[in-house]
Amino acid sequence: MSAARATLFTDLRAALPGDALLTREEELRPYECDGLTAYRALPLAVALPHTVEEVVSVLRLCRARGVPVVARGAGTGLSGGALPHAEGVVLSLARFNRILEIDPRARIARVEPGVRNLAISEAARPYGLYYAPDPSSQIACTIGGNVAENSGGVHCLKYGLTVHNVLALEALTIEGERLTLGGRAADAPGYDLLALLTGSEGLLAVVVEATVRLLPLPQCARVLLAAFDSVVTAGNAVGAIIAAGVIPAGLEMMDRLAVEAAEDFVHAGYPRDAVAILLCEVDGDEEEVAAALTRVQEILKHAGARELRVARDEAERQLFWKGRKAAFPAVGRLSPDYYCIDGTIPRSKLAEVLTRIAELSREHDLRVANVFHAGDGNLHPLILYDANMPGELARAETLGAAIMELCIAVGGTITGEHGVGVEKISQMCVQFTPAELEQFHAVKRAFDPAGLLNPGKAVPTLAHCAEYGRMHVHRGELRFPDLERY
Amino acid sequence: MDKDDQSAVIVARVREAAAAHTPLIISGSGSKNFLGRRVTGIPLAVGGHRGILHYVPEELVLSARAGTPLADIETALTARGQMLAFEPPYFDTTATLGGTIAANLSGPRRAYAGAARDFVLGCHLVNGKGEILHFGGEVMKNVAGYDLSRLMAGAFGTLGVLLDISLKVLPRSETDTTLIFERDETSAIELMNRWASRPLPLSATAWSDGRLYVRLSGPAPAIAAAAAGLSGEHLPQAEEFWRDLREHTSPFFTDPRPLWRLALPSTAAPLALDGPEIVTWGGAQRWVKTGVPADRVRACAAAAGGHATLFRPARGALPAEAPFAPLTPALHHLHQRLKAAFDPAGILNPGRLYAGI
Repeated sequence: MSAARATLFTDLRAALPGDALLTREEELRPYECDGLTAYRALPLAVALPHTVEEVVSVLRLCRARGVPVVARGAGTGLSGGALPHAEGVVLSLARFNRILEIDPRARIARVEPGVRNLAISEAARPYGLYYAPDPSSQIACTIGGNVAENSGGVHCLKYGLTVHNVLALEALTIEGERLTLGGRAADAPGYDLLALLTGSEGLLAVVVEATVRLLPLPQCARVLLAAFDSVVTAGNAVGAIIAAGVIPAGLEMMDRLAVEAAEDFVHAGYPRDAVAILLCEVDGDEEEVAAALTRVQEILKHAGARELRVARDEAERQLFWKGRKAAFPAVGRLSPDYYCIDGTIPRSKLAEVLTRIAELSREHDLRVANVFHAGDGNLHPLILYDANMPGELARAETLGAAIMELCIAVGGTITGEHGVGVEKISQMCVQFTPAELEQFHAVKRAFDPAGLLNPGKAVPTLAHCAEYGRMHVHRGELRFPDLERY
Repeated sequence: MDKDDQSAVIVARVREAAAAHTPLIISGSGSKNFLGRRVTGIPLAVGGHRGILHYVPEELVLSARAGTPLADIETALTARGQMLAFEPPYFDTTATLGGTIAANLSGPRRAYAGAARDFVLGCHLVNGKGEILHFGGEVMKNVAGYDLSRLMAGAFGTLGVLLDISLKVLPRSETDTTLIFERDETSAIELMNRWASRPLPLSATAWSDGRLYVRLSGPAPAIAAAAAGLSGEHLPQAEEFWRDLREHTSPFFTDPRPLWRLALPSTAAPLALDGPEIVTWGGAQRWVKTGVPADRVRACAAAAGGHATLFRPARGALPAEAPFAPLTPALHHLHQRLKAAFDPAGILNPGRLYAGI
C-alpha cells in the first residue's frame, strides 16, 4: 500500500465510525459497477456515512488530498455514472434512507437522498398523493440518483421529469460547503441552480436532501392496447393522438421481438402476430377518461390499428403494464446479454429511425428489440449479444454507437433519461462542438475546480474527442472492432 | 440571406465588446426594463433577430428566434389549438420570447402547469466570448450534458445572449370556467391548498378583496362535473379578469406605492404587511402594494419561508438598487464563478441581477 493511500485510510477511519468505511477487496467488490455491468473498477475505499457531518468530512478529506469522489445511490443506473474511480472513494448515500417529512396540505415530501423512488409514493398514498416520475427501476433506485440523472419514466410526457418535480435540494460542494438550491417558494432568487444540478451526474455537488412535489392521485386510469401491422403505421398513430390534443398519461410502443419476449415471460395477453403494439393510458376523472378513451380509439382506428382492446378492469390494466415493464428482463431471456440504448428523437422521425435500426441490426448481425416511450420519442433499442462470444461485445458497442449517432443525425439526442456516464462519453463528441464541451467544463470548474467529483464521466475531454475522431471511421465502424474502448 | 437572422451581427458585437471590456445592455423590446437593476453600457438590440423557425404541432415543440414577438408565437399556437402553458405576462404588447425566458416570467397557470423554465427544451446562445453554443434540443427528454438551456431562464441575459429557444407547447384546454367564492384571505388560502390536493382540473386561483377566484380548464364534461362539485358563482368575462391580473392592469396595480412580489410556500398564512394584497398561484405568490421598508418586507417573506422581489418601484422613483432577494455568501460566490465561466469579461448585462454578476 502506498503511503498516500495509508494516510487517506487513517484519516477516513478517524472521521468515520467503524461500520462506515470499507477497504478490503471482498467488501469493495459489490460496488465495482452499477447497472451497466460491462464496465467495472474497484475503488480505493467505500464510505458509508450516517450523517451529513460525516459526508462533509469525507469530502473535505478527499478535497485536501486530491482524491476523486464518486457518489452512489442504489447503483441501478444504466450508463456507468456510479462506476468507481480506481484511485478514488465511493461515497454511498445508502444510509440516508429516511423520509423526513410528508406535508399533505402543502403537497410536498422532504426526503434523504437514499430514499427509494417508490417509497415516496407509498408514504404519500394514504393522503391521496404520489410522486410522479416513475423510472422503471423505481422499486430500487433512489431519489438522489434520480436527481443526478434527471430520471424520467413512462408518465413524463404528461407529468414531467425529475427536474419538473423537485422543489429544493440541500447539496454539498467538494469543499463540504452546504448549499440550498430552490425552495418551497417558487422561482428562487438568482440562477436556476436546482435545474443545473438535476441531471449533472454527480459532477457538481452531492445531494444530501431533496424536497419533491406530490400530486393528487388521479381518480381513474384506463389503458388501451392497439396492434399494428407496421411500425410506421404505429409511429404515425402516436403523432395523430397528440395532434388531436390528447396528452396521454403514458404512451408506450413495443416491436414484435419485444412483444414476443414479453408474452413468453409474463403472458400479458399481447397479440403475438402484431408487428408493433401501442399501450396508451389516459387518466383523470371518470368523465374525462371515458371521453378521452373514445377519442383515442377513433384516432387509432383511423390511423390503421388492426386491433384495439381497452383493459376491462384494473387487473387487466396491470397485466398490460406488466408486459411493458417486464420487457427488459424478458428480452434478457432471449440472449445472455443485452445492451440498452436511450436515444430520443423527434417523433416524426420514428419510422425513418426504426427502418435504419433494422438495417444496422442486419449489418452488424445482432438482433435488436425495440421498446420505447413513444409519447416523448425516447427509444430503448435493446441489442442482444453474448459477451462470451469473442468480439460480440465490441460489435454490440459499435452498433450502439451507430444508433446513437443516428439519433443525433435526425435532430435528437444520445440520451433521454439514462445519462451519459462512461458509456456514451464518446458520442458526446459527436453531439457537441468543442466550444460547447468547453462551456460544460467551465461550469464544472465553477463548482469543482480540481475536478474531483465523478471525474471522467458525462463530459469528455477534448483530447478524448480527438482520439475518438481518429478511431471514428466511416458510419460508426471502428478500425479495431475487437479492441476494448474506454 | 435571411434579414431576420441577426446572429452574425450579435456575435460580432459581443466579440467587440469582450475585446474592449464594454458592457452590453441586451434588449428585446424593452418591455421588462422596469425589472431588475439598472445596467450601464452600450445597448445591444436583439429585437430584430426574429421569426418562428420550426413549429410542428404534433411534436408539441416550437422553436423561435429570441426577438420574435410573444404575440406572434401565441397567434401561431392558437391557430393550431395549442398554447404556452406557463401563460406568460407581456407587460407590453411588444414583449419578445427572449425577454420572457430571460426573466422566467409565468402567469396564472404557473402553479398547475409549471413555470417558463419548465418548458424550455433547448436554445442557441452567444456566450461572453462571442461563441454560438447549442444546448438541449427539440426533444422532450434530453440529459446529454448539463441543462444549460434551462439555466438561461431567469438569468436575465447575464450568462449569454439568447439567439433562439425551443419550447414544449401543449394543447389548449377545450373549456375554461371561472368560479367566485366570497371568502376571507385565510380561508381562501386554505381552500386553494385543499383543492390542489384533490384531482381537480384547476388552472388558476387568486384571492383579492374578499373574493376567491378559481379557474377550471379541461374537457367540457370534466369541467361541468368539477364546477358542480365546487358550487361557486360563475364569473362572466373571466378571460379579462385573468388577463388584467397577469398584465398588472387591474385597478389594484394603479396604487402608487412600490409593488412587491412575495414567493412563499403555498400554505403560508396571510402577511402582516401594511398594504393591499393579491394572492395567486394557489397561495404561492402574493402581490403587495406597500411603503414598508424593503428590509421589513424581506424579513416578512423570509419568516414565511420565501423571498421577496421589488417588482416595480414606487411611481416616479428610481430603479431599486437591490430588487431581488440577496443570496447567501456561498451562493453569491458560486454565481460569480458561473458568471465568469460564461462571460469572463463581464460584459453581458453586468449587474442586472446582482452587483458584480
